[in-house]
Amino acid sequence: MKITGAQALIKSLEHQGTEVIFGLPGGAILPVYDPIIDSTIRHVLVRHEQGAGHMAEGYAQATGRPGVAMVTSGPGATNTVTPIGNAYMDSTPLVVITGQVATGSIGTDAFQECDITGITMGITKHNWLLKDANDIPDVIAEAFHIATTGRPGPVLVDLPKDLSQTLMEWHAPPAPEELDLPGYHPQTKGDPQAIAAAAALLAEAERPVLYVGGGVLKARASQALLAFAELTGVPVVTTLMARGAFPDSHIQCLGMPGMHGNYTAVTALQKSDLLVSLGARFDDRVTGKIDAFAPNAKIIHVDIDPAELGKVRRPDVGITGDAKSVIEDLVKASAGLVQADRTAWWSQLDEWRARYPLTYDKNETVGALKPQGIVEALSAHSPEDSIVVSGVGQHQMWAAQHWRYDHPYTWINSGGAGTMGFAVPAAIGAKAGRPEKTVWAIDGDGCFQMTAQELVTARSEEIPIKVAILNNSYLGMVRQWQEMFYEERYSEVYLSPDLPDYVKWAESMGCVGLRVDTPEDVVPAIEKANSIEDRPVVIDFRTDASEKVFPMVAAGASNDEIMVHPSQREGA
Amino acid sequence: MAPEPFLGATEHTPVTHHILSVLVENKAGVLARIAGLFSRRGFNIYSLAVAPAEETERFSRLTIVVDAESAPLEQIIGQLDKLINVVEISDLAPIEAVERELLLATVPVSEADRGELLRSVAHAGAAIIDFSESQVTVSLSGTPAAIDAFEKALAEQYPSPEIQRTGRVALPRLDRSR
Repeated sequence: MKITGAQALIKSLEHQGTEVIFGLPGGAILPVYDPIIDSTIRHVLVRHEQGAGHMAEGYAQATGRPGVAMVTSGPGATNTVTPIGNAYMDSTPLVVITGQVATGSIGTDAFQECDITGITMGITKHNWLLKDANDIPDVIAEAFHIATTGRPGPVLVDLPKDLSQTLMEWHAPPAPEELDLPGYHPQTKGDPQAIAAAAALLAEAERPVLYVGGGVLKARASQALLAFAELTGVPVVTTLMARGAFPDSHIQCLGMPGMHGNYTAVTALQKSDLLVSLGARFDDRVTGKIDAFAPNAKIIHVDIDPAELGKVRRPDVGITGDAKSVIEDLVKASAGLVQADRTAWWSQLDEWRARYPLTYDKNETVGALKPQGIVEALSAHSPEDSIVVSGVGQHQMWAAQHWRYDHPYTWINSGGAGTMGFAVPAAIGAKAGRPEKTVWAIDGDGCFQMTAQELVTARSEEIPIKVAILNNSYLGMVRQWQEMFYEERYSEVYLSPDLPDYVKWAESMGCVGLRVDTPEDVVPAIEKANSIEDRPVVIDFRTDASEKVFPMVAAGASNDEIMVHPSQREGA
Repeated sequence: MAPEPFLGATEHTPVTHHILSVLVENKAGVLARIAGLFSRRGFNIYSLAVAPAEETERFSRLTIVVDAESAPLEQIIGQLDKLINVVEISDLAPIEAVERELLLATVPVSEADRGELLRSVAHAGAAIIDFSESQVTVSLSGTPAAIDAFEKALAEQYPSPEIQRTGRVALPRLDRSR
């Protein structure tokens, strides 16, 4: 059967099970937009290509399926660079299809030409520039396979316009095991000897901690982790990328470690004698000053990516493998072992938990609501399995700290890259993939302004997300650093609470806009927003600009130098 | 006279250098992927040689001499192995490898000095492969140490010789005890 390359591309995407493409057409990708009309795949028309990429990321993180974005050449392609880089840092499976100028024009600086495979080489797991329309089914199959297996990540396929217009002989794409990829064999099963050694080391440890990262979610290993934690009785910390991988309400959960982690989680890692790192990568935001991180701890490091073992900290036992498979094997290997007596460790942890809970000043005034309290109210008054999506900055940290995460895949954020503007489009993508769930974007006013034009997409495509802007009229995290480390010399961080008018912005984009500046209105507004199902809702919460995120470990400082909330400090 | 096998460090080849013999799929951009990886991860390449591998056109073999002081060797190998087009990596410590490199040099030399040049060439096991009235081109294949020594000798003897080196290729040293 002869079909065009464009038809072959859409057919290949259908074959891979694609249910939604986030995209925006243009010259070089134009031929592909014709067969989309006849396809079963839903196309979500975005207002900026960056939005398409972040939507695909939100979709992937919420569903576990690869997100697909499609854009044209040149600026269309370069606008996806930020989401691709973001997905690379957070190991999110993403398939980005870019149109390219016709093969004969490549290298001539043709209109809307750019070397997008060159540009994205360092931020994709792999990319392809197609040279032959007959390769389309195989390359798309390879793209999905590589994006979703091993350590997941973004891939990009660049399709020259003449290939989408030319006829090719359709053939069904090969099954994953038949793909011709001689250099790609991810190892999923952990080495049995290393697993036995790890289980033995853990059983003997007196102050162990399970240091759980995003890899546990990627591997869909939450159930296995729960079984492992309960079998061994070891405390658990969940990193920013792993919130929800282990229930916050579980007695063994210490919460989030890191620069803005809670005192107990941070200090438990510091004082531990054994860290069992599961799908985490010793990121600098978790370790603080690396030489001073968990100085007396032995390390068991489990990761699907062997290059992570020893990249930052040399493990005593390194295990390459899929987190689910390895944790299940660790459960089996631990079953017959007697765990060391950890009564002293737990009483120490409980003492810290009682003495240094997450806290904030609850003394609110009109127009200066406490952002932490808003997050707590959102959490308390929204369906328990709601999905929370955040941007980057203070609001992100408050959302990570003060929402109670009891279910996996309910927290989506930009962790490694720290991409401001992530929340609104990623929330749209999450809602497109999980339409039955309530999806809250908890955003900052600075972040919101970067990508909020996608509310038009949300309204027109009937993707009713909810947005809570914690509007403190500042680039808050930068303001916090300027207050603490630059002698309160505030430089280029003031944004104004009223410019833009966020309620009018929401209304002009077909959304419901609400403004809340008094404490009594917080809960009613949240309840109202949660009752609206037919369109997006934006709430402009006027928050206290002087609020800072605590605890905090200053950049480059040791985790031992954690600054708790002022009310918890000596002499307070 | 064949140069002695290179067994240790010289000025140009510190022991922190490791030889990676890398089999790659011969696809467009594969060199850029490798070069880009080394650059963005801060790994140093000391030399690089590329040629088609075996009879097929499908694969190429790269011999990369890396500076294991710039990053731990296992980290360099681990990151390199993540490239989809990289099929196989063998790591050779200099002491476990036989290495060869090719040097071509064009030196300006007067009629009167040709006798001296011929003696140097013969002593090093090099060959004269081209000449004109005022210049001679010589070639030497040998261990990196032998090439280093010959290059140094030429540079001392003649004003501004034009020198090209290929970078080394290597295979594992054979085990004679078996």
